[in-house]
Amino acid sequence: MEPVLEIRNLNVEYGLGDRAVRAVRDVNLTLHRGEVLGLAGESGSGKSTLAYGLTRLLAPPGVITGGEVIYHPEKGDPYDVLGLSDKALRAFRWAETAIVFQGAMNSLNPVHKISTQLTDVLKAHDPNMSEHSRNARAREMLKLVGISPDRMDAYPHQLSGGMRQRVMIGMALILQPQVVIMDEPTTALDVVMQRQILGQLIELRERLGFSVIFITHDLSLLVEFSNRIAIMYGGRIVEEAPASTIYRDALHPYSKGLLSSFPALRGPRRELAGIPGSPPDLAGMPTGCSFHPRCPKAFEPCSTHIPVLGRPDSPDGAARSVACWLHPTEQPVG
Amino acid sequence: MTSIQDAKAPAGEVVLEAIGLTKHFPVRRRLRQFFTREQNAVHAVDDVNLTLRRGQVVALVGESGSGKSTVARLLAQLYPRTGGDIRLHGETTKVKGGGAFRAYAARVQMIFQDPFASLNPVHTIRYHLTRSLKIHGNAGKTEDDLENALRDLLTRVSLTPAERYLDKFPHELSGGQRQRVAIARALGADPEALLADEPVSMLDVSIRLGVLNLLRDLKERLNLAILYITHDIASARYFADETLVMYAGRMVEGGDSETVTQTPAHPYTRLLIDSAPDPDRLAGDVNPLDEDRGNGEPPSLIRPPSGCRFHPRCPAAMARCKTDLPVRLEIGDVPGHWAACWLYDEATVKEAAK
Repeated sequence: MEPVLEIRNLNVEYGLGDRAVRAVRDVNLTLHRGEVLGLAGESGSGKSTLAYGLTRLLAPPGVITGGEVIYHPEKGDPYDVLGLSDKALRAFRWAETAIVFQGAMNSLNPVHKISTQLTDVLKAHDPNMSEHSRNARAREMLKLVGISPDRMDAYPHQLSGGMRQRVMIGMALILQPQVVIMDEPTTALDVVMQRQILGQLIELRERLGFSVIFITHDLSLLVEFSNRIAIMYGGRIVEEAPASTIYRDALHPYSKGLLSSFPALRGPRRELAGIPGSPPDLAGMPTGCSFHPRCPKAFEPCSTHIPVLGRPDSPDGAARSVACWLHPTEQPVG
Repeated sequence: MTSIQDAKAPAGEVVLEAIGLTKHFPVRRRLRQFFTREQNAVHAVDDVNLTLRRGQVVALVGESGSGKSTVARLLAQLYPRTGGDIRLHGETTKVKGGGAFRAYAARVQMIFQDPFASLNPVHTIRYHLTRSLKIHGNAGKTEDDLENALRDLLTRVSLTPAERYLDKFPHELSGGQRQRVAIARALGADPEALLADEPVSMLDVSIRLGVLNLLRDLKERLNLAILYITHDIASARYFADETLVMYAGRMVEGGDSETVTQTPAHPYTRLLIDSAPDPDRLAGDVNPLDEDRGNGEPPSLIRPPSGCRFHPRCPAAMARCKTDLPVRLEIGDVPGHWAACWLYDEATVKEAAK
């Protein structure tokens, strides 16, 4: 499969000098055309920071301290997003990658009609477009996400949470970006609404062919909706594999722990344990593998040496990677 | 701490009962309505019946806005009720602040959703727990008694060694530890019933189960009656003995957790279960939303739909559903499994088949 976004050795820090906290550490990740890549992890694992880092949306004191984000446009040569000039970045954003924020329900401007907010994007990116065609495009977008176009002139408070979320998704797709990043897009919604919106998103993806990076802490949701899953812990990716492989045969003890943190709705009822301890503090990261203080299988190299993400020595090893001393890797990825 | 009633009451004894519990919140009148006698109200909770027994967990499942938290607050006497009755050991309770409320709170304690907000950031853990012990008269007579009681409480919620936590401030603890402190504070009153309003939904996924397992353990050791309020029906199946499902302020189904989650009877419960994430289902396999005729949104509670409140969204709605409020009907598969749905009334089904 053709890559659309390649993240190479990305590092993000908050703060400067000695007191800097490394929130994202040496992350390598590739997003392929047309796939849904799930990014799972607990709060503080760096998953949102990674998303903001690769779109260059980090607000100070967040700084990208190293790495590359290579974007492959549909036509033309690939380029590094981190090296774009301000002007090029302005054109790149939204037209090539769009982002649906956490708590998107509250990211609409309450004092403007949704029609204004939808057409504003078009006005900024294509000043020559006539008002008539801008409105037509906005209407089309609303219809696409399942909102009747006569709600164009509604204010955000007149819409329900689910509808606002749909407007946000429509807004993200209005310039037909290649990559859509969704940061916990449905956490504030009820399960019924969540399923409707995600189902619709998958349908739109099949129709329009964009790729999705889907960030959430709900691993059971990712297993169902994404093609591949990367699991983050303490700022690093600890395991990456096709969704069904993660679900059936996770290698990293943290992935296993996360999977057994969700009680099942079907099948036998069994005692679950979750993971002992609590997520690490980024300022005082444990030495070696950052998961070792909570890991039931920690042994001698874990507390001193950092495991490298690489292909495990297993039959399906080519399609997956893991960073754990229990699974010696043949060669590092990337 | 000597006063903990160590399982002396038999398990299964009824502690707290709600009968026909109703709560309407009045809505501000609009100008037009000053000339009429009309008074709008949000029908947050209507005619709710539930029973909490010693040593049992009852789960109350519903989406946001279904009134499940209002039920907890009514049971904790934080809101006055509009109608119905709350009985503690069979006796009607009437609590209006002051001593009566304190006496009630000593027996029925609440745990809130957000441990980041429910602990005072400027006070230590010692202060929080001491207050709870002193107010409810469980602090003993001497300093040593108090110290032992504090240690006991923290040990109970598995925060050991206790010395490490006693003099910390809430911000020095993680979310899971804070929620454990909130539970310890509730236990300081030596209650018979705990009302847990989404106790784990603000916590990191990997530590949620630890807190749920702790609550289960406490229930068994202290013979507590627990009301577990959640929007996650899978965790209700895991944790609760009995599950009740609420929709738009009314109970729609109830029974033992396994039956309700495995063979749901009410169309709303089915929709809820089919919508829950299920890793075993492959993307695009089935679309449960074909079942939902609405747009996935609950109705307005100021003017709730007539008849069954779910009828505008229900795929199986019949003529009767629009006019008559469904009553609790036994399903008949397992004793105690009921649903408020006309589908289980033989007369109605025959009528509709004609």
